[in-house]
Amino acid sequence: MLTILFDGIAYGMLLFILACGLTVTLGLMNFINLAHGAFAMAGGYITVVLMNRYGISFYWCLPASFLVTAILGLVLERTLYQWLYKADHLDQVLFSIGIVFMSVAGADYFMGGQQQLINLPPELSGRMDVLGVGIGRYRLFTVVVCSLLAIALQLILSKTRFGSRLRAAVDDRRVAMGLGINVPLVFALTFAFGSGLAGLGGAMGAEILGLDPNFPLKFMIYFLIVVSVGGTSTVSGPFLAAMLLGIADVAGKYYVPAIGPFVIYALMIVMLILRPNGLFSRGIGR
Amino acid sequence: MSEIVLETRGLSRRFGAFMATNDVSLKVERGARHALIGPNGAGKTTLINLLTGVLPPSEGQVYLEGEDITGLASFRRVKRGLTRTFQINQLFPEFTPLETVCLAITERQGVGHSLWSTMAGYGRVIEEAASLLERFGLASVMGERTSILPYGKQRLLEIALAFASRPRVLLLDEPAAGVPEDERHEVLSIVSDLPKDVTVLLIEHDMDLVFSFASRISVLVAGAVFAEGTVAEISADPRVKAVYLGENA
Amino acid sequence: MSLVEQEDAGALATTDAATDSRAARLMKRRSRIRLYEVAIWIAVIAAYFVLPSKMLILTEIAILALFAVSLDLVLGFAGIVSLGHAAFFGLGAYVAGLLALHFVAEPVTGLVVAGLITGLLGFLTSFLILRGSDLTRLMTTLGIGLMMAELANQMAWLTGGADGLSGFSLNPIFGVFEFDLFGKTGYVYCLVVLFLGVMIMRRIAFSPFGLSLKAIKSNAMRAGMIAVPARKRIVTAYTIAAVFAGVAGALLAQTTSFVSPDVLAFHRSADVLMVLTIGGTGYLYGGIFGAILFTLVKDALSIVTPQYWMFWIGLILVVLVLVGRERLNRWVDYLPKRMAGREDDR
Repeated sequence: MLTILFDGIAYGMLLFILACGLTVTLGLMNFINLAHGAFAMAGGYITVVLMNRYGISFYWCLPASFLVTAILGLVLERTLYQWLYKADHLDQVLFSIGIVFMSVAGADYFMGGQQQLINLPPELSGRMDVLGVGIGRYRLFTVVVCSLLAIALQLILSKTRFGSRLRAAVDDRRVAMGLGINVPLVFALTFAFGSGLAGLGGAMGAEILGLDPNFPLKFMIYFLIVVSVGGTSTVSGPFLAAMLLGIADVAGKYYVPAIGPFVIYALMIVMLILRPNGLFSRGIGR
Repeated sequence: MSEIVLETRGLSRRFGAFMATNDVSLKVERGARHALIGPNGAGKTTLINLLTGVLPPSEGQVYLEGEDITGLASFRRVKRGLTRTFQINQLFPEFTPLETVCLAITERQGVGHSLWSTMAGYGRVIEEAASLLERFGLASVMGERTSILPYGKQRLLEIALAFASRPRVLLLDEPAAGVPEDERHEVLSIVSDLPKDVTVLLIEHDMDLVFSFASRISVLVAGAVFAEGTVAEISADPRVKAVYLGENA
Repeated sequence: MSLVEQEDAGALATTDAATDSRAARLMKRRSRIRLYEVAIWIAVIAAYFVLPSKMLILTEIAILALFAVSLDLVLGFAGIVSLGHAAFFGLGAYVAGLLALHFVAEPVTGLVVAGLITGLLGFLTSFLILRGSDLTRLMTTLGIGLMMAELANQMAWLTGGADGLSGFSLNPIFGVFEFDLFGKTGYVYCLVVLFLGVMIMRRIAFSPFGLSLKAIKSNAMRAGMIAVPARKRIVTAYTIAAVFAGVAGALLAQTTSFVSPDVLAFHRSADVLMVLTIGGTGYLYGGIFGAILFTLVKDALSIVTPQYWMFWIGLILVVLVLVGRERLNRWVDYLPKRMAGREDDR
């Protein structure tokens, strides 16, 4: 029981790291980026290539995948995304689906359609017994890293100058511009950071979530649920939403394998009926 | 004559820590020409939004002809005879004025859900729309796209559209706002010629228009009712003067 | 035309009768049958005679067109971006397939039943898209689409799972018109259904209901202020769209005698969005134009790069959006005007 709960937490943490970049994109620029998963997939493949082809240590691969996808995000933001901030949602949806299709076919072309496996360092594989609860070492590692990241994110947002600028820009873009905040720059950096996090999440998640060219499509719904249930105004909203989703999904697949895949949809529908404006929306009428 | 058609009790609306509307209790009599004035940011438009169901109130109730309509959606309030115009035109840019008004009339008549007969088949609706548009001086442009009409004409359509719903209570949110000087008289004459049986609540900045039009005035300051009375009382009230002079200074 | 100018000169001078008849004519002009409409129907009928060896791809186009036109009612009229329209298409296909396999092999009966059942699903799920923002609607429609796909996958005892549904054949239509090997009957069948579907939706488009949908899309707040009950209208529109999407799916199942789990796949929902975007939204025929273009392009691509055509479709999408849908669709805006002209003012 507790093992499953722990697995669910690890899964939820990963989802949070994967999706939190998207909450900023949405909250700040009102941009619906369905291609967020493509960045995560890029991170995963970078790790696979670095480890399996060049034999680089897993621990080095993680920051590398963060950096490379962050740069990739920055480049794409400056060249393509920035032109569509003012476009309507249909355009954004079509554009980002286009990116998804390209990344799926591209991954297939370069890496092949099979599931990618990574060989974890020995100290991270296997399970250990903690007070009678079987805990996967790698999942423990995931939980620790993701918690640290979540805390760091919360601190960056609440304590640093960049964080306060970002929050100001999310709250009211025009006012922020008026205050002399360089919103496009703030956003470009945030977009890059969010993409980097997605890449890191993809790298860490390759073991737990699996990695194949369909990754961006498979996880699109998870990201959307995390963001629309958790809202875009806080860090804690998406975090809780991701945890809820992770635990429900893992528990559902374990306890009721026949209907396991439907647990998240049921969750989504219940949430829609109870809280149509998101689990943690700001007051009435937004 | 003293029958109350529109009433609010303790109506409040918060945006975060900001009280946009603060405990407003307002009574509007049937057939009244009631003006709502106040400096910029006093919460006049928010109040109208609360009255028409565009925003839900944080507290308080709205009554129309004695019935609590606080929880009703906008379209249900319109069906009960309460409608409005907007300070900034809210029209359908791709529609022609004729289509716009025809739609409002079919909705009023309860045939808006009809999906098997073309709009062109509703001869009497089109007739009514055409005569309404003519009354508002829009006959010549009724077949043009709304988006290409001059602002004054759009403003008239904004009011004509509210009329197509045959309101018993009409809320006018700065009807002459943004209208160029040479088109202004058209809008103003329409406003002053409104049928006497329609109750009107007018938001306006132009004091000349307010004093010539209104029989009763409420002054809103910082979301709350600051003063209320007849035109003579309000124009003589030194506190109101102070508020306005303070703003102008 | 001269009448318009006269009235500009003296709007007050015109009599009521003249104004009224002018208003009535203006309104009629909106729903007039345009030249391009006639042209497209002649073209698709001519295709039957000119391209006898291309029946299969023509059938595919007709089905995709009906699917896209049904989405137009949701997207182009009501303004709802859906990522899961394939849910209805797929359900229609499975219903038609199962019906033919177990109960009735008469195709038209299958269409009707498929339409009714998908309509029911549309009606039930429409309540989930009423509230919230575009984002929640995307999530909901995508979620419903994926859920249907997963359902089809899990209920292998009924749907054949990943192998799909096969082994059924259809009786002649109304017991008279037999399906032939070359797909000629199939094409005519799909064409007739497409025509009826478009005509029905066309009628809806010019009704007060259709106008009210566009009003909701254009300015929901104002629509509420002229007493348009937006939610009810969206429920109705979504249900009707689901019916026609289901019929399109049923056509696919019937003409190919096969239902693959692919009918519910996400890419189908994305494809149909793209089709509609290429052709233009909000005037129904965009679905047909888009279906023709999309199918031809996809066909060409899958010959060139059988495995990676998805990449090129993605690239086209990205370019399409960056160049600007509006700019791209402008020809469509001009088309009706230029071709239908203003002859009706005479």
